[in-house]
Amino acid sequence: MKASAFAYARATSVANALELLTVHGERAKVLSGGQSLLPAMNLRLIAPELIIDIGDLAELRGVVVKGGVLTIGALTRHVDLLKSPEIAAHASLLTDAVAHIAHPAIRNRGTIGGSLAHADPASELPACMLTLGATIIVHGPGRERRIAASEFFAGIYETALRPQELLVAVELPVSPKNSTYFFHEFARRHGDYAIVGLAAQAVVNDGRFADLRLGFFAVGDRPLLAGSAGKLVNVTITSAVFSEACSALDEELDPLEDQQATPAMRRHLAKVLLARCVSSLLDRPDLHAGASA
Amino acid sequence: MTTAVAISLSVNGERVEANVLPRLNLADFLREHLKLTGTHVGCEHGVCGACTVRVNGDIVRSCLLLAVQAHNATVETIEGVSDSGEIADLQSAFRERNALQCGFCTPGMLMAAQDLLKQSSCPDREQIREHLSGNYCRCTGYQAVIDAIETTARARAERLS
Repeated sequence: MKASAFAYARATSVANALELLTVHGERAKVLSGGQSLLPAMNLRLIAPELIIDIGDLAELRGVVVKGGVLTIGALTRHVDLLKSPEIAAHASLLTDAVAHIAHPAIRNRGTIGGSLAHADPASELPACMLTLGATIIVHGPGRERRIAASEFFAGIYETALRPQELLVAVELPVSPKNSTYFFHEFARRHGDYAIVGLAAQAVVNDGRFADLRLGFFAVGDRPLLAGSAGKLVNVTITSAVFSEACSALDEELDPLEDQQATPAMRRHLAKVLLARCVSSLLDRPDLHAGASA
Repeated sequence: MTTAVAISLSVNGERVEANVLPRLNLADFLREHLKLTGTHVGCEHGVCGACTVRVNGDIVRSCLLLAVQAHNATVETIEGVSDSGEIADLQSAFRERNALQCGFCTPGMLMAAQDLLKQSSCPDREQIREHLSGNYCRCTGYQAVIDAIETTARARAERLS
């Protein structure tokens, strides 16, 4: 189908975009890469009265590293993240994760800000933001808000972003030098929406986790930073410890039913991912045993 | 305010000026306004890949780009890369290997394949599959398509060596 009619404004600056949002608020939608917004409009799931195109705002594009912080502009495309030496050096989890987002033609347009503001619970970047402890920077009428990723995602396509606000950037702490990561998702076909996925980052000392952050996606109405990771930190992981962590994870999950999977299947796959993650990060093939998808 | 917007862009090397409604996507602009019907419209929500074109050198879904967003852009369609001879070898490999039946997906397949071959001189079959994972074919299956791309990659690599 085709999108219904709407008015169009090409924002000339962040200030101009904010003026338009202040006037039109909920009647308007911000267009960045359009790879989620335009399908939703073509399917007539949404019909905004005004599209505010921020595509020309070059100041919202790019990756900067300064003082232990990576700042990624909202209009930075997935392909830019994939090819960025700064991201590869300081947030290598993201480089790996981005390769799983859709297909090349989509990654050439889709942006990090668009993905986060859209907040699809099955998408990769929101979960990565939780794992990496991101801060989401939002400009609104007269002020800036800095929102922790853990406070930002509020439900299916719901975030803490207000109708008058514009997501301008995200900040990530540079990943610790000794950190490792794990990323995997189950999907019917490469680039499809994940059935269940896990973006993890860890610090391993002498075969034990000194730190472990587990960002699951497609396991509920929003990405989940699993508290059950705590059960695996600063302990020697035996099968008893691991199964306790699995039970704790099960308690935290609230998977949805859709055409791809039942909640029970998602619970199973989340545990399979946890086993693969822990076994891979600790180089413990024994923990992987029995974890078949 | 749902009035037409003036746009100016380059399409296959020619300057195009037009007034378009904001809701018009680039695929429909190319097909309906410019009569460049090689770009096909399949799913209209970014899944099938039949509408793949190049914008500023990058392949994109023209159903997920508004014509107004292509203002000041350089657009290349299957007609452009076909007429210039850029993909003549790829087209002939598709023909020889029967990598198409109805041909609906073929323009998008060719645009995606050429994009891969420009980035990677000798991709393996897995890389080819991955790069084409966003392009649906509903008749041939994909083996012949991958064969044709692999053959073209090897032939181009040999020509360079």
